[in-house]
Amino acid sequence: MDRKSVGLVQSHTYTFADADEPLVLESGKTLAPVAVAYETYGSPNADRSNAVLICHALSGDAHAAGYHHPHDKHLGWWDGMIGPGKAFDTDRYWVICSNAIGGCKGTTGPASIHPKTGKAHGLDFPIVTIRDMVDVQQRLITHLGIERLYSVAGGSMGGFQVLEWALRYPEKVRSAICLASSARLSAQGIAFNAVGRNAITKDSAWAEGHYEGDGPENGLAIARMVGHITYLSELLMDSKFGRRLQSADRLSYDFSTEFAVESYLNHKGNAFKRRFDANSYLYMTKAMDYFDIERSYGPLNRAFADIQARFMIVAYSTDWLFPSAQSKALVHALLACNKDVSFIEVDSPYGHDAFLVEEDRLAQIMAAFLSGGEKADVLGGHS
Amino acid sequence: MNEHYVDRLSRTDRDLIISNVPDGSRVLDLGCGDCGLLVELAKKKKIQGVGLDIDGDLLTKGLAYGLSVYHGNLDDGLPGFPDQSFDYVIINQTLQVVKNPLLVLQETLRIGRFAIVGFPNFGHWRLRWGLFLGGRAPKSHALPFEWYDTPNIRVLTVTDFRDYCRREQIHVVRDAYLIGSRWHKASRRFSANIMAQAAMFVITRSGTI
Repeated sequence: MDRKSVGLVQSHTYTFADADEPLVLESGKTLAPVAVAYETYGSPNADRSNAVLICHALSGDAHAAGYHHPHDKHLGWWDGMIGPGKAFDTDRYWVICSNAIGGCKGTTGPASIHPKTGKAHGLDFPIVTIRDMVDVQQRLITHLGIERLYSVAGGSMGGFQVLEWALRYPEKVRSAICLASSARLSAQGIAFNAVGRNAITKDSAWAEGHYEGDGPENGLAIARMVGHITYLSELLMDSKFGRRLQSADRLSYDFSTEFAVESYLNHKGNAFKRRFDANSYLYMTKAMDYFDIERSYGPLNRAFADIQARFMIVAYSTDWLFPSAQSKALVHALLACNKDVSFIEVDSPYGHDAFLVEEDRLAQIMAAFLSGGEKADVLGGHS
Repeated sequence: MNEHYVDRLSRTDRDLIISNVPDGSRVLDLGCGDCGLLVELAKKKKIQGVGLDIDGDLLTKGLAYGLSVYHGNLDDGLPGFPDQSFDYVIINQTLQVVKNPLLVLQETLRIGRFAIVGFPNFGHWRLRWGLFLGGRAPKSHALPFEWYDTPNIRVLTVTDFRDYCRREQIHVVRDAYLIGSRWHKASRRFSANIMAQAAMFVITRSGTI
């Protein structure tokens, strides 16, 4: 096994809220109880000031690093970034990752069993937002005895949570790392999410959200296929697949899975439907659609006035789902409030996926930013 | 080649720039490379530094020192930086390599109360002599390039820069000239256009020092 791995890890669950004191969601609806699945790597220091919270993207979970049993083939989704000597160095930082509310990997979501009915919530589950995800994480880190996070980091939907953290709990965030993200989901982003949701809700197996068992697997697979198109750049799709046929030299003149790119999308769709809940996909994409800093915090150029975090914003040159210009708009908004912000655009052919794929370059940037944070006070960095 | 060239020049410029920046200033360095100057300024003058460069890999070093960095192209202007948000904006050995030097100068003085502008003087006698006698695009220690690989796409002299400042009503607070291997102050101003290999100006629009 990788000497730099955090090794064998296990998920924990923290449960809070009850009928008397439920979690109040942004929509005004309430939820109780709320279970949060989380993992931690590394150790807290004496005053628990070395905690780094990792926020996952649309289909991620709490399992960010290491493995769950000795023969586990699947490492955590950001294992390349989290571990001893890695960018999020577990010899220095206490790294925490939790599954977002509305998810399907241990935190309360539409597939969780409703305590009263004994059945899954399904569409009775209230709509959750990025703010609700952050509120739940805030309850978790309070439970873990953390007053202030050394850093909060995440990409894409995880980047939304990072921004919400810095805005909603300014005194609790010392530094923030926002990758391949933006101040709001663009119309194009909403549009792709809408297609994904339609694929699910138009699948007859969806049954108005109250399916049992496998559910709308085909719809979910199609949603994932659409998603994967948006995660790759045209350049990469062309170089990786081109017009190559999957297994034949000649055209088959039928509707079988013929092109290599079709086969790739099928594979991605099929793998996803086995590991993800269709209703969760609806809730998570809706949460992304609703995210809009201006709606919640006013004009972008003034929205960040009260934040205390040093910001690191990273964009990727071929990301067209969260284009570099949208990341720059965030940088400019932070500059307008005279906040401490750094910006790097990583040159990569991988499109939006680059924030998970280009680990070496990102690791350099993260390690530099995190260690620089320890020097920033000495150098007179304004915080 | 470009990096080494700029490095060699910046060694001689650095002390002069540092001596012109007051303690505790907020400083933006345009074309900062690996942020070496800002790091030194932070150590010696306790400045708050932000570095901007077109090379994102170089900027990683600045991040590790705890500086803020901005990866961008000066030719796009600096639209996100608010007016007068820095005490000093440094643009050293960079003006001659951008496509839009006037835009860059305007942005520099919009963002900073003062600008420190350093550039190679293409009016230096050795360059004139080379062109006059050799009939070829001139070269020198400070400008060792062929016509086809030079990063210096904007050719300006000390007199050109003074003219520009006069025309734009930009106030020259201080000027210094690299003659031989030493920087000279105003006493050498009148021969500078022919004697100086490089020039450094502290300029402002506000007229106050």
